[in-house]
Amino acid sequence: MSYKFPSPEWVESFYEQINGSDAYANAAKTWEGDITLVIEGSAGIYLDLWHGKCRAAEFMADPDAKSPEFKITADMEKWKKVLAGKLDPVQGMVTRQIKLDGNLVKIMKNVKAAQELVRCATRVPTVYE
Amino acid sequence: MWYFSSPFVVFGDEALSHLEQLTGARALIVTDATLAKLGIAARIEAAFHKAGIETRVFAEVEPEPSLQTAQRGAQVAIEFAPDWIVGLGGGSPMDASKAIWAMYEHPGLDATEINPMVTLGLSKAKLIAIPTTSGTGSEATWALVLTDAEEKRKFSTGSRELVPTLAIIDPTLTQGLPARITADTGLDALTHAIEGYVATWHNDFSDGLCLKATQLVFDYLARAVRDGNDLEAREHMGNAATIAGLGFGNANLGLAHAMGHSFGSLFKQPHGRAVALYLPYTIDFTTNAVMGRYADIARFVGFTDGRDEAEGGRLLAEKVRELARAVQQPMRIADFGIDRADFREMLPKLVEYAEQDTQFFTAPRIPESEELAQMFEYVYEGKPIDF
Repeated sequence: MSYKFPSPEWVESFYEQINGSDAYANAAKTWEGDITLVIEGSAGIYLDLWHGKCRAAEFMADPDAKSPEFKITADMEKWKKVLAGKLDPVQGMVTRQIKLDGNLVKIMKNVKAAQELVRCATRVPTVYE
Repeated sequence: MWYFSSPFVVFGDEALSHLEQLTGARALIVTDATLAKLGIAARIEAAFHKAGIETRVFAEVEPEPSLQTAQRGAQVAIEFAPDWIVGLGGGSPMDASKAIWAMYEHPGLDATEINPMVTLGLSKAKLIAIPTTSGTGSEATWALVLTDAEEKRKFSTGSRELVPTLAIIDPTLTQGLPARITADTGLDALTHAIEGYVATWHNDFSDGLCLKATQLVFDYLARAVRDGNDLEAREHMGNAATIAGLGFGNANLGLAHAMGHSFGSLFKQPHGRAVALYLPYTIDFTTNAVMGRYADIARFVGFTDGRDEAEGGRLLAEKVRELARAVQQPMRIADFGIDRADFREMLPKLVEYAEQDTQFFTAPRIPESEELAQMFEYVYEGKPIDF
């Protein structure tokens, strides 16, 4: 079964992928910080990430409803490329195709965790409208 | 989408005389006390004076320059109002000059907030980088490393707007450089070139530069170390360092830098010596998974005609070790006089710092934490990586 991106069902599956990943748990064992992934002109995905686990994941119709430590914003086409493994999110940030609100240095020091997080996302069976 | 950034590069015999052709009113020369004392800063001043440009020298940059030094330099710049800022020296003065440039243009800017996603909009001055060693490549890159002396932490950042406007590579500036510094910095350039070629961000624009820089280091480093006054070797090594800077600056680096940064900062070792130590071991590790593109390098440099990836990687690692031995580089952590117990005590930190390094994630093969710890153990012993 595939889930529409973004949707509450997709977010639920993403949450399960994160918490089922030993690679993510190991890579993000020191990470503390919540993130909202914002799909420009659409919704947001809120993730409360703590020491290798996802404590909460939430689909947000209003992506500005929370004030997380990091907000990562891109349009749908860029997110599709990230989820297909065709756009390295850090390269996307450096070239400003993906906008980061938050401390880039903290992200750069935890890129292994970020990569594993993206890997978890790519494992969610995804369809787009 | 990606970018290719480059300064305007002046190189070769009499390259410094290009300064006489510049136009402007004032130039601030950022350097260290040694280069001021040796009269190198005065040579640069004399060239500016021929162009009718007034100069001031800020010679307070220390090794591993501090944020506080850069802030003092920016204050001097604000008072002097230069239209040229010159970073003269090794990586430290050049990195400091980048921060001074940004803080001069934006008084009150927190240098730790410089990053590729922030637009600086620099317009008051232009930056000239003049290296006096052949290794760092800072003259061709957008990166800078500063240490916050108050908070005792090093931070590495950068902005594409901080790529120097002009880089001047004059072989006479490295003439007579001590053999040890020549070897350390030359192997740093080799590590930039090889890692830049295999980094996951490598691209069509950076590849050729990395290959050529690798070839130049293999051809000329040993000669420059043997005879510090061999101007031909000095010239090619200067070019190699800048070409490698252009290559890796547009592609990022990898595991040898991540491990070397971690080791260098925990055991207080010079940058070039530290990163070069890890280069052959990381080639071993990557080659064992038949990854990397080392065979391309081995073929380009002329070590083989073969196309076998694993064989090319093994050969390249062997040639890197051979060169390191020829220039009397330490080949294992134990050679640095580090006690085994001290090393073991520091091992978790070595792994943690390497994993957090901004070069770690663009390595072609990324080790798990346990593998990384094991790699450090092998490097301590000087044992080629066999996993």
